[in-house]
Amino acid sequence: MNIFDLIGPIMVGPSSSHTAGAARIGLVARTMLGEKPVKAEILLHGSFAATGKGHGTDRALVAGLLGMKPDDLRIPDSFRFAREEGLEFSFGEVKLDEAHPNSALLRLTGETGKTLEMIGASVGGGKIEVREINGLKLRFTAEYPTLIIQNHDNPGSIAWVSKLLADENVNIGTFQVTRSSRGKDAIMVIECDSRITDDLVEKIMQNPDIISAGKVNL
Amino acid sequence: MAIFESTRGLIEETEKSGLPIWEYVLKTSCEESNISEEQSWEMMGKTFDAMLESYRSYDQFQVSASGLVGGDAEKMRVARNSGDTICGSFIGSVIATALTVSECNACMHRIVAAPTAGSCGVLPAVLLPYAHVKDLSRDDLIKALYVASGFGAVIAQRASISGAEAGCQAEIGSASAMAAAALVYLHGGDLRMMENSVAMALKNMMGLVCDPVAGLVEVPCVKRNVAGAMNALASAEMALAGIESRIPADEVIDTMKVVGSMLPPSLRETGEGGIAASPTAHRLFPDGPKI
Ligand code: SF4
Repeated sequence: MNIFDLIGPIMVGPSSSHTAGAARIGLVARTMLGEKPVKAEILLHGSFAATGKGHGTDRALVAGLLGMKPDDLRIPDSFRFAREEGLEFSFGEVKLDEAHPNSALLRLTGETGKTLEMIGASVGGGKIEVREINGLKLRFTAEYPTLIIQNHDNPGSIAWVSKLLADENVNIGTFQVTRSSRGKDAIMVIECDSRITDDLVEKIMQNPDIISAGKVNL
Repeated sequence: MAIFESTRGLIEETEKSGLPIWEYVLKTSCEESNISEEQSWEMMGKTFDAMLESYRSYDQFQVSASGLVGGDAEKMRVARNSGDTICGSFIGSVIATALTVSECNACMHRIVAAPTAGSCGVLPAVLLPYAHVKDLSRDDLIKALYVASGFGAVIAQRASISGAEAGCQAEIGSASAMAAAALVYLHGGDLRMMENSVAMALKNMMGLVCDPVAGLVEVPCVKRNVAGAMNALASAEMALAGIESRIPADEVIDTMKVVGSMLPPSLRETGEGGIAASPTAHRLFPDGPKI
């Protein structure tokens, strides 16, 4: 129990779930993309779709995509900043299966053409969970430095990754492995105690069984 | 973590430690979240400054997204300053401060969720006017925030601080209980008095539903912050007078959880029941929560 969840967070109103959480979903998506987004298709689900406008959910999501934190005073004017920074965005609604009522699906294109599709849920008090990345179901909060690795489900992948982490002296907090079915692609979500470097991500990618590797350090 | 699991535990462990309660909460929470005491103190200081700033950022001419909120804090301030009020100057300030901070939240200013954004006006509403009349320092108020967070943590762990989960009793009710404990602390009351103030504040808000018009944190939320602040004052005052809650705080918190789970979804932040379903709310927002 963090006492700064009781007195805090410091945030731009009016709603911790619909405003602060939305900004954080945008921010996490930007970091996952790993570069400045130039195009964003944002689809709102459930209560985000129903009451999002009045809560500034739309402006908060765009603010996050621009790199703003939930306490950034520019959030109410984020649409203007998006125009200035060349971020083209659109909003729509979507009905997602088995999603949290406060969810958004973001489809991003970055300045070098990288793409990302992410579903984020605002789970209360400004906290969020990433629930899906590029169609793969997973779950993490992005409160800790997190590595997200997609790999072919062959023996040795986990050992490969954990050895590299050990070599770099990165301590593992939690380690989840999921896969759609036996022998299919698997996904590892690793929460760490210290920052994850670009260099480490590159090293991880050198194993042919690794399909993709991404990181969030917030 | 036993101490944040019950008010009883919090109080007994604080007594054993021989520390003032704010310091006990500070130390224990640091151990748990792995930050230093200096970092924690600095963060709470920043949080207090942000709270004060949210109050100062008020603009009487601003209105919220729906157009329903704005300008009321100024009306209250004018009335208070006229000297012609029922409750006098101190209570006038409490009401005006609650409205000020809550209106700021509805108008997308930066606020401190305490414990939530919807209930962000309650703590500043009692702390700032009280600090003004008693000439308290910033440090005193930071300590009071630690006290509030200690009791808030118990409520969050045993029950909930989310309107979507347990109704407004969990938001304005919890804020009110936290504010009551902070006031008892600032006024020099003992640990039992804090516990009693929490119990009384929560009992008085038992069953309060979450029914925001059009699903927005505006009506009835802004004015409910006033009710939460007034209830905190009354509960703290009773506790300081030696009045005890006949039901212990932990049992009241547990009851709040049970009552919250009995509320239908229409009364838990969906904007479909309660005040949100009144004829005027329907007339203003014929499409329901969507504006
Ligand atoms: S009515 Fe609901 S949204 Fe408004 S303050 Fe209460 S709990 Fe929060």
